[in-house]
Amino acid sequence: MNPENYVILAAVLFTIGTVGVLVRRNAIVVFMSIELMLNAANLAFVAFARMQGNLDGQVIAFFVMVVAAAEVVVGLAIIVAIYRSRRSASIDEPNLLKY
Amino acid sequence: MTATEPSFAEAAVFWVCAILSVAGGLGLILSRRAVHSALWVALTMISLAILYLANAAPFLGMVQIIVYTGAVMMLFLFVLMVVGVDSSDSLVETLRGQRVAGILLAVGFGILIIWGIGSALSGVPAVGLDAANAEYGGNVEGIARLLFSEYLLAFEVVAGLLITAALGALVLAHRERWQPRRTQRQISQDRILTGTHPAPLPAPGVYARHNAVDTPGLLPDGSVAEISVPGPLRARGDLRPIDTAAIAETKALAAGEAAFGPGEHPVADDPGTSPGEPR
Repeated sequence: MNPENYVILAAVLFTIGTVGVLVRRNAIVVFMSIELMLNAANLAFVAFARMQGNLDGQVIAFFVMVVAAAEVVVGLAIIVAIYRSRRSASIDEPNLLKY
Repeated sequence: MTATEPSFAEAAVFWVCAILSVAGGLGLILSRRAVHSALWVALTMISLAILYLANAAPFLGMVQIIVYTGAVMMLFLFVLMVVGVDSSDSLVETLRGQRVAGILLAVGFGILIIWGIGSALSGVPAVGLDAANAEYGGNVEGIARLLFSEYLLAFEVVAGLLITAALGALVLAHRERWQPRRTQRQISQDRILTGTHPAPLPAPGVYARHNAVDTPGLLPDGSVAEISVPGPLRARGDLRPIDTAAIAETKALAAGEAAFGPGEHPVADDPGTSPGEPR
């Protein structure tokens, strides 16, 4: 199995995540799409590590996972804070910075 | 399993997991309800973990399952429960044409990167990780050597990042208390001095036929104590009607007389339905 296939699968998943971020309105779904994009990048890292024959790619993927976990924690806390004040999880609602 | 020689087993694993993960991604962006999206993403995460295992990355595969499907997706579901399971997207477009334009742009972007990566990677020989994994006795040992030697500084910085993120979440999710907490003395004084109902509310009526809380209790004179049904049910009008015929029969039986002969049992005033439940 050529590792190239894994990279193309990662590109497809990244594209799906992009569509989700651009199209969906629910903040949590947008956030899950971002998680999907991070995972796609991880898959590409793992495939590249296999193509190159060293483990640095896997270590980078590990760091991506840690940063993604931190990002999820803070992002979900922000979503909950916005939900408390706005009673909505739609990303169209927080428009205070617009004016 | 060497990387250069394609094996049937790996191809099978790849195609099954690739189809599953793409299906999970499509389910994420196509489901109306956020909970369904979360479950689809969990499917994608698990398929990706299996793909990591197939890519000679057992450590990352396990971390993927534990961190993503175990922690991150459960956190997502937890927040979904807080924010409201029923929150589904509005289909109203705030910017006209934004959805079509977004899909077109993203698909174009996807074609671009797939084409670019495909043409850049075609013909590049894959070295394979067998030698690198075997160098220190295994995948976990190899990653540990890299983490604690070359990437030690990054590892420490990431540890700091995690602690900062946890503190940040605590600060963001903290709710300021606007008034001082009421003490037990204040609560009891409020209850007694206002004189509305100092004692606990009466319990809902429990009969052999209905033991649900929407059944109101009866006062000693036989009248209905509406206050015994919890407030939210009362607000919705979900009081279960009293089966007066059964009560009369019970009273008659208690008085020692045969209440009704066979076949002349009066029809109860429909005790089985309440406004909230379909027939």
